[in-house]
Amino acid sequence: MFETMSLLTLQHYWWIIISLLASLLVFLMFVQGGQTLIYTLGKTEPERKIIVNTLGRKWEFTFTTLVTFGGAFFASFPLFYSTSFGGAYWVWMIILFAFVIQAVAYEFRTKPNNFLGQRTFELFLFINGALGTILIGTAVSTFFTGSDFLVNTLNLTNIANPIISQWKGPAHGLEAVLNWRNVDLGLTIFFLARVLGILYILNSTDNEAISKRSHKQLWINAIPFLIFFLAYVFALMLNKGFAVEPGTGRVFMEPYKYWHNLIEMPVVATLFVVGVLLVLFGIFRPLTSFKKCSSKGIWFAGSGTVLTVFALFLLAGFNNTAFYPSTYDLQSSLTIMNSSSSQYTLTVMSYVSLMVPFVLAYIVYAWWSLNRRKITEEEMEEGGHSY
Amino acid sequence: MVDWSRAQFALTAIYHWLFVPLTLGLSFIVAIMETIYVRTGNPEWKKITKFWMILFGINFAIGVATGIILEFQFGTNWSNYSWFVGDIFGAPLAIEGIMAFFLESTFIAVMFFGWNKVSKGFHLTASWLTAIGANLSALWILVANAWMQHPVGMEFNPDTARMEMVNFWEIIFSPVAVNKFLHTISNGYVIASIFVIGISCWFLLQKRHVLTAKRSMLVAAIFGIFTSIFLAFTGDGSAYTIAQDQPMKLAAMEGLYEGKAGAGLVAFGILNPSKKPGDGEDPYLMKIEVPRLLSILGYRNANAFVPGVDNILNGGYKPWFKTIPEEEKEMTYSVAQKIEKGKLAISALRDYKTASKAGDSILATISKQKLEANFAYFGYGYLNKPESVVPNIQLTFYSFHLMVMLGVYFILLFIVVLYFLNRGTIEKQRWLLWIALWTIPLAYMASQAGWVVAEVGRQPWVIQDLLPTIAAVSMIDSSAVKTTFWIFAALFTALLIAEVMIMVRQIKIGPKDGGQK
Ligand code: HDD
Ligand code: HEM
Ligand code: HEM
Repeated sequence: MFETMSLLTLQHYWWIIISLLASLLVFLMFVQGGQTLIYTLGKTEPERKIIVNTLGRKWEFTFTTLVTFGGAFFASFPLFYSTSFGGAYWVWMIILFAFVIQAVAYEFRTKPNNFLGQRTFELFLFINGALGTILIGTAVSTFFTGSDFLVNTLNLTNIANPIISQWKGPAHGLEAVLNWRNVDLGLTIFFLARVLGILYILNSTDNEAISKRSHKQLWINAIPFLIFFLAYVFALMLNKGFAVEPGTGRVFMEPYKYWHNLIEMPVVATLFVVGVLLVLFGIFRPLTSFKKCSSKGIWFAGSGTVLTVFALFLLAGFNNTAFYPSTYDLQSSLTIMNSSSSQYTLTVMSYVSLMVPFVLAYIVYAWWSLNRRKITEEEMEEGGHSY
Repeated sequence: MVDWSRAQFALTAIYHWLFVPLTLGLSFIVAIMETIYVRTGNPEWKKITKFWMILFGINFAIGVATGIILEFQFGTNWSNYSWFVGDIFGAPLAIEGIMAFFLESTFIAVMFFGWNKVSKGFHLTASWLTAIGANLSALWILVANAWMQHPVGMEFNPDTARMEMVNFWEIIFSPVAVNKFLHTISNGYVIASIFVIGISCWFLLQKRHVLTAKRSMLVAAIFGIFTSIFLAFTGDGSAYTIAQDQPMKLAAMEGLYEGKAGAGLVAFGILNPSKKPGDGEDPYLMKIEVPRLLSILGYRNANAFVPGVDNILNGGYKPWFKTIPEEEKEMTYSVAQKIEKGKLAISALRDYKTASKAGDSILATISKQKLEANFAYFGYGYLNKPESVVPNIQLTFYSFHLMVMLGVYFILLFIVVLYFLNRGTIEKQRWLLWIALWTIPLAYMASQAGWVVAEVGRQPWVIQDLLPTIAAVSMIDSSAVKTTFWIFAALFTALLIAEVMIMVRQIKIGPKDGGQK
């Protein structure tokens, strides 16, 4: 079935999968967002315990999605993996640190004799929530703004220095924060994650005090999110973009490139608009109708987030666009054509990708069977496993 | 820079590996215990299951924490490698995520939070699926690692300057991969068995939770005896594949400098620390040797010629196995000759690329032929002297011997434990209880030693014969890698201390019905 597809089709198929994983990841970062609000939403120890446990049942999925996103990117577009990770070393390393400390924090937080103390593990959760979201957003923004690197496979024959991808900035990725657009996207993701975190907590907990505070926090985080988001989108549409000449593969700057992508790919434009509307609806529904339906916001905002991010990734990679542009040497820019794995590998991997719906199905089933009951204070005392 | 990246990789891998084997084995032991509970309906077994499950959870969290670093390190520190072999190597990592990690992380949630929420049957299924997920994680990463030791199923593409996959099945079912997977997971089972037995022995020494302890021990000892015998078999299988594909590693494992027909196996030995290749000195200060056993184990033939370090450096012997390039089947090349050929291959690649860019198709064709003719030695072209192909022999030799001796000891231990359990007098054998308790760290040592053999023994190669470690790295300053190395070292050590402290406290609290505190 996949054998008959052309290399180009497979490359597009895999870019869709990468985009899908990325969009799921951004949605699942509600865990990270929630982690930055533990003390804001929970004023007493039992309240905080509820919040931590509510988030704690989902952290593994975010984490595993990140890991799978990395693995899938490696398998399908290895040149991106080697160029970006090896080049923007510091950004990725800090992101990794932020995730390492998260992984132990939940399990160790309230265990007796945990060496570092409960506060430290809560601090770990906060750091993960803040740095993880901001830096991932900043890094992803370079898909649209570019970085300084050089790629040349001929380097392999230089015995003294056989390195194919070379980063040109001495800051190894940290220079990305000098561009306001990158930081803007980072902050967008940060506030979005907080908004989603609040909506998730509203949905899964049953506690008067927490939901009161959540409503208030929803305003406080939704407004900056909207401002940063709109600023990013406008800048994106108005700026030049990295276009690829079909046939020769030559990369050049095209004014309004991403705007063109949007109107030339109506499906993507639809996804984008619907996504944004869903997010807005998901946020404002609970704000306006205080009691009823107020807990369902996460479903709208969540699916809206998935659609929007998905559309943004397609804008970055489809329609003859370089998804990982180099501002140092335009012709080193990575496109889905020049950075992908071989046709054989993509075919094999495509068969593997058929398992994804199955994986999603059992995840949904397992969540559903665990979530039939809202999380309350009593449950924490029942003696089941808790963090 | 290379050395710091190596150190960083070794550090993070060793930490990851402190937690992974217990996850692999304990998940199965817990699932077996829960099965007994569901079958018998005896709440005592539920209590036992829950106790070990808590320890499993603590260990699992930190295993996950250390794993993510490893995955991304391929990109951050080994960027050249990531492009050169990403077409092959990326696939197992992605499959691992899709197939294994999600399975594990989904059902582990059911395992921990589902006791009162889902049916008994579903809960039991979740426990088994967690165990299967953990073991599938091991499968894919080990396939990737085995491929680095013995690259098969691929072709070099000069246009993209990388290895490309041509046969997926050949990669998965290569004998190296099969042996490696079976040996490594059974190692996890053995460690977990020893862990359960050791802690149970501690309860017996304290005269607490005697029933729980004895029941846990019985499950673990039976699991352990089978898996440790299997471990020895698959270890032998691994050595057999090494003899075929990595003769230098075999020579290092045995401290063999001058090869011979009908070589003996050194059961115990002390190496001469000042020995250098080719200096004619005796490599051993002392040794106890079993005649001909090395030839038998390595080549399944008592008279087979086993090449030593000097033979491999100098070439000129007839290799016993035929898995090497056609032209060497009668007589092997010296390493110096291989370096020559490697340099030819590299310059042919350069000529090919420049010629095809300039549109000179004749030169391109000629260069391509030259590249193909010498490609088997490609990686040698990056080496500057023949001695670089010799790994650290001391480290490899001692690690190997430690692992094997401990392997034999573990089998004996399981037998003795089973014997006394069967007689019903185990709690009176205080000497045995102490020994079993102190065997826990030995089990970890054996396991780490195994990885040292596998990874240090293959130096200088990342991909055997094709890519040396020095050519695999990223272009970052050594100061950056140094900084991250020390941060990792500090962070992981802190987390390890936290883990051990929590673990010990949970063990002291012991099994109680339901609660964790
Ligand atoms: C409890 C741990 C343990 C024990 C008792 C043994 N092994 Fe082992 N061994 C491992 C744990 C291990 C490991 C950690 O799982 C390794 C590291 C890499 C690998 O594939 O497995 C390994 C590797 C390894 C290798 C190198 C594989 C390679 O380079 O790819 C060989 C030749 C053996 N083993 C052979 C043996 C033999 C003959 C044993 C005798 C009983 C034995 N091992 C016991
Ligand atoms: C050096 C290469 C390795 C890489 C890149 C790697 C990567 C990872 C990652 C990213 C995780 C976290 C997964 C999650 O999100 O749940 C993980 C966990 C795990 N890995 Fe590794 N790993 C490596 C070596 C190994 C080896 C050699 C084995 C087994 C033989 C192994 C077995 C496991 C298992 C069982 C887990 C589950 C959680 C736990 O460790 O407790 N890994 N690994
Ligand atoms: C989890 C168990 C493992 C342990 C304890 C381990 C141990 C080590 C050690 C000690 C080194 C340093 C060797 C040296 O520089 O002399 C090393 C290097 C390395 N290992 Fe492993 N390893 C493990 C698993 C793996 C796996 C599963 C892979 C690949 C799939 C892998 C890939 C590498 C790479 C790429 C290097 C760096 C390059 C090199 O020095 O060869 N390791 N490892």
